[in-house]
Amino acid sequence: MTHLETDILIVGAGGAGMYAAIAASRAGATRVLLADKSLVGRGGATVMAQMTVAAALGEECPDDWTAHFDDTLASGRGLCDEALAAVLCQEAPARIREMAEWRVGWARRADGRIAQVAAPGHSRPRCCYVDFLNTGPAVAATLRRQIARIDAIRRVSNLTVTDIVTDCGAAVGAVALDGAAGEPVTIAANAVIVATGGLTRIFRRNSASANMGGDGYALALAAGADLVDMEFVQFFPIGHLAPRLVGMDPIMWDPFRYKLGGRLLDGNGREFLADYGSDETSGYTTPRDIATYAIHKEVAAGRGSPHGGVYLSFAHVKRAALEAAFGPVIERLARNGIDLVRMPVEVAPIAHYQMGGIAVDEGMASRVPGLYAAGEATGGANGANRLSGNAIPEALVFGERAGRFAAAYAATHRPGWDRRLGAEALARIRSLADGRQGDIGAAVLLDELRELMWREVGPFRTAAGLGRALFRLGEMRAALPELAIAPGRVCNATLADWFDLRASLLAAEAVTRAALARTESRGAHQREDFPDSDPAWASRQHVSMRSDGMILVGSSP
Amino acid sequence: MTQQTARLRIRRGTADELRYDEFTVPFDDGASVLDALLWIRTRRDPSLAIRYSCISANVCKECVIAIDGVVDYACTTRLRAGAVMTLEPLPGKPVLRDLVTETRPPRERL
Repeated sequence: MTHLETDILIVGAGGAGMYAAIAASRAGATRVLLADKSLVGRGGATVMAQMTVAAALGEECPDDWTAHFDDTLASGRGLCDEALAAVLCQEAPARIREMAEWRVGWARRADGRIAQVAAPGHSRPRCCYVDFLNTGPAVAATLRRQIARIDAIRRVSNLTVTDIVTDCGAAVGAVALDGAAGEPVTIAANAVIVATGGLTRIFRRNSASANMGGDGYALALAAGADLVDMEFVQFFPIGHLAPRLVGMDPIMWDPFRYKLGGRLLDGNGREFLADYGSDETSGYTTPRDIATYAIHKEVAAGRGSPHGGVYLSFAHVKRAALEAAFGPVIERLARNGIDLVRMPVEVAPIAHYQMGGIAVDEGMASRVPGLYAAGEATGGANGANRLSGNAIPEALVFGERAGRFAAAYAATHRPGWDRRLGAEALARIRSLADGRQGDIGAAVLLDELRELMWREVGPFRTAAGLGRALFRLGEMRAALPELAIAPGRVCNATLADWFDLRASLLAAEAVTRAALARTESRGAHQREDFPDSDPAWASRQHVSMRSDGMILVGSSP
Repeated sequence: MTQQTARLRIRRGTADELRYDEFTVPFDDGASVLDALLWIRTRRDPSLAIRYSCISANVCKECVIAIDGVVDYACTTRLRAGAVMTLEPLPGKPVLRDLVTETRPPRERL
């Protein structure tokens, strides 16, 4: 059996994980293991980012991190962890400029300064980007180039960490499944960083990549860490709905709105955002939670578009302006049969980002010694509703911090590895990898889970629906030991499904229990049975797991 | 939307096997080969092994396979009704299982 030893194990190789690896090696770690269940630097959310990256660079007009901080807190609807939000806004400019030195290719103004656009919720133009819709791929490629130059970083693709191993309450390594070989691997690590991204893949309509099923939340819960703010899932209001689009991310209309405005229309062609208190006469200004609410209400009132969303129209924009702003993207749209000058598209809310996550301090340390987190996997900085453009800086800033602080911890904590450690997790992989008879497999339940979460725990929630979801989640969790697994160790998709389902069920239960407990509506958490925001609820909820597997929700300590 | 039917002939098994399975897949206008492969995994055969990550955004580039002998992405190739479409692993790379080939860079393997 393969056994690896490292100073720092990083689980997940998107923007946060890659930046953490760079920072850990800069801070003196000589052995960094960067593991991803997909391919390093290609999975996760970073590579999917379309456009905006918020940082108070002050290139377009005077700006200061405190102004970005104020906007972040206002968007967070009174719930941001202010210490984390401050770190995010204060350090974002340094990370963005470092990426510029690494030649990421931020779009520039004619005078050579970095171009920054205004995005909803920002008090001034603050969001930089890489044309055309290329921000995520450019950020991911830049970080891949950087990590490839650092000898201290060992990259491993198709390695799925199934369990974080603790000893005397501290994280000391992990057990993983080598997906290609179907064999277990043990990893001794002085510190572990969870950088697995979010959980939006557990909702039927999502903008997630395959590996965003909430793995990191499940790993952290099982290791003894707390999660925070799990009820706050951001539903991006204008996810593409129809006509069917391939080869493009469903959240791609956001940059169009940044650059060209665009009009949201109901099924009868009437603008409706003003009915919900959002006047867009000065441009694209409606925050995500309010737009999602408005679209939902229009559709519920029978004023939706044919596929159950609303229309987004650019018919008022001249073709030359479209082509100047989006060049090659206009051709890709044409291949999908979409001509924006002639026709509107249909859009509807789509699960996009998880505000909640692993509870960490400003050094990205969880309550478990040696266990750190970074990026979307963390919770708190964005409160009840993330400000547009804060996700990539969060990945970079928190990634850098996690790498730096974990390296300092790892330099003085060398727990060593005992071969008794992780025995239960190893036995589980070996037993499952032998294959197992059963009536159904995990793939069917993963599909059902996505339907269930969308229907009962989606943008609008009720106690009855959340209760139904919890009941079924419990049944599915109880069914895990009985599920069928096909024989054959090499690239066994049914084995991968089993671990995906196990993690997604824990993440889903954390979201659902927190959503049921919060008897008010705030930001991205909307309860039909408690439609108003309640000042008494201006506090965060923590989620933890008991040793018997019971998931508990409590108010913030 | 009109529903149509695609017939997919898919190379199955590990490197030392050679067999093809055929699947009939219902689809709506505009659906992709990747949509069909994910449908098969949920409704017909969960053991079908494929590589994909970003799911139709065409940024991860992991779903590259041979479609009727032409190398292309499963996520951007539209399904066609009627004639059988043959799906095979990316040529020139060792086959691990079904449509999964060893596309990991050598330095990213254990």
